[in-house]
Amino acid sequence: MSDALETQDPVTMLSTPIRLDYDFTAGVAQSRSLRGYAEGRFVGQRCPVCKKVYVPSRGSCPVDAVPTKEEVVLPNTATVTTFCVVNVPFAGQSIEIPYITASILLDGADITFMGLIQGIPADEVRMGLRVEAVWVPKEELGPTLASVKYFQPTGEPDREISTFREHL
Amino acid sequence: MNQRCAVIGIGQTHHKAKREDVSIAGMVREAARAALDDAGMDYGDIDAVVIGKAPDMFEGIMMPEHYLAGALGAVGKPMLRVHTAGSVGGSTAIVAAHLVATGIHKRVLTVAFEKQSDSDAMWALSVPQPFAAPLLAGAGGYFAPIIRAYINRSGAPNDVGMKVAVKDRLHALKNPYAHLQLPDIDLKMVEESIMLWDPLHYLESCPSSDGAAAMVIAAEDVATAQEKSTGRSAAWIHGMAMRSEPTMFAGRNQINPQAGRDCAKDVFAQAGVTNPRKELDCAEVYVPFSWYEPMWLENLGFCDEGDGWKLTDSGATSLDGGDIPWNCSGGVLSSNPIGASGMLRFLEAALQVRGMAGEHQVADASKALGHAYGGGSQFFAMWVVGSDRPA
Repeated sequence: MSDALETQDPVTMLSTPIRLDYDFTAGVAQSRSLRGYAEGRFVGQRCPVCKKVYVPSRGSCPVDAVPTKEEVVLPNTATVTTFCVVNVPFAGQSIEIPYITASILLDGADITFMGLIQGIPADEVRMGLRVEAVWVPKEELGPTLASVKYFQPTGEPDREISTFREHL
Repeated sequence: MNQRCAVIGIGQTHHKAKREDVSIAGMVREAARAALDDAGMDYGDIDAVVIGKAPDMFEGIMMPEHYLAGALGAVGKPMLRVHTAGSVGGSTAIVAAHLVATGIHKRVLTVAFEKQSDSDAMWALSVPQPFAAPLLAGAGGYFAPIIRAYINRSGAPNDVGMKVAVKDRLHALKNPYAHLQLPDIDLKMVEESIMLWDPLHYLESCPSSDGAAAMVIAAEDVATAQEKSTGRSAAWIHGMAMRSEPTMFAGRNQINPQAGRDCAKDVFAQAGVTNPRKELDCAEVYVPFSWYEPMWLENLGFCDEGDGWKLTDSGATSLDGGDIPWNCSGGVLSSNPIGASGMLRFLEAALQVRGMAGEHQVADASKALGHAYGGGSQFFAMWVVGSDRPA
């Protein structure tokens, strides 16, 4: 061992990044929604019992435990039910902080999903804000929710929180 | 419950950011050894081992229970692994207690752990999902919007969360095992800490800890004999319950989940508790983010819906003069070895009714709640323990 090494602190821990590749099969129902994204539209399904609309489609209703077959195409407009300003850096992060993730309730849907909000200062985002999806350019559309670049304000008046309380 | 059973041995590590001096095996053994010593037993006395931890992706060791069997004296004995995300420490204790209550075993060792320094929890909780937008940002990113909705729905003042953050850290100063020891903690320090997941400040969030927890759960005859031989009293299990619900369904009440309400109703009915605030002496409740104290006060029926923040705000949940102290140990906000965090709640409730909680002891505590939740608030586990044998 060289003299230079003897003066160094001993190595006690090594980080060894590993990689795992896998194939993911989306299944019949989710594939319908994914193909919808590739066409620049939201595709969901309605439960025949409770009539609730799930997007993305999932093939069955988790409450009634029945298959959901009726397809519903949903518009680009939505309401922010609640949100979070993310200001924490972490490994694998792909968006610059701070950014806003919001629970997005598409008009006509009964379930929210997480979406990125842009086109408005962080301190002006609020519960009830009306937004619309901005899709990537047509040639970049693919079978992924990443086809939605972000949601931006429509400028419409906010929705009263009491009107979407059951979605919180 | 078929047969009476009790906690007769308790052990935990000093929870820290990094336990570089031990492996996972060494760390779980440290807690197990302390629990066995407390119970007046050795590994050979144990019939079965039940172990829990958070998802394997955290440390990247798949099915670590196999590798830990040797360290826990479980070779050749039944060993069970429990998986219920962050609530796992609680569920693991309940599975262990069921093995005794049903008469299958007499003496069960139960252990839970996490070695967060060997892992990256933020990464493990934020792995990009296939065909999805890469928006996940750890547990805080998931819970912060729900907290915002709670604040809006209840009309709570914005500083209630910060008050919880201060109170639990003051409690932690009385618990030598607690990870965070912040003698100068006050509202100003919390307010000035970085806003990680608005509306949550850094100091309103739990730390990342290395640590393990263990208990010996025994049948009534064994517990009675050991009480006599060790001179230490047992914590009798008066009720235990688990519930779950889907994370995503239309109309789900994410702020006040039904599974939590049902679980509390069940465990209190078993224990004969009709008014938890009055009839319990203290509670150890899984509060990883400050606002979950008022939210769970409501969910568990310690007050009416919408009033949780008023209890916190009035100091009712403080060890210093409150009538229903919550998280006297400092709670998850002060120590968070994730897989062990739920078991620590169960174990701290047992310590209280045994009168062995040291400086954070509630005087004459005779009945306490241990609680854990996990995942997207879809797993709940609870038990009520008491100093007296259940009827």
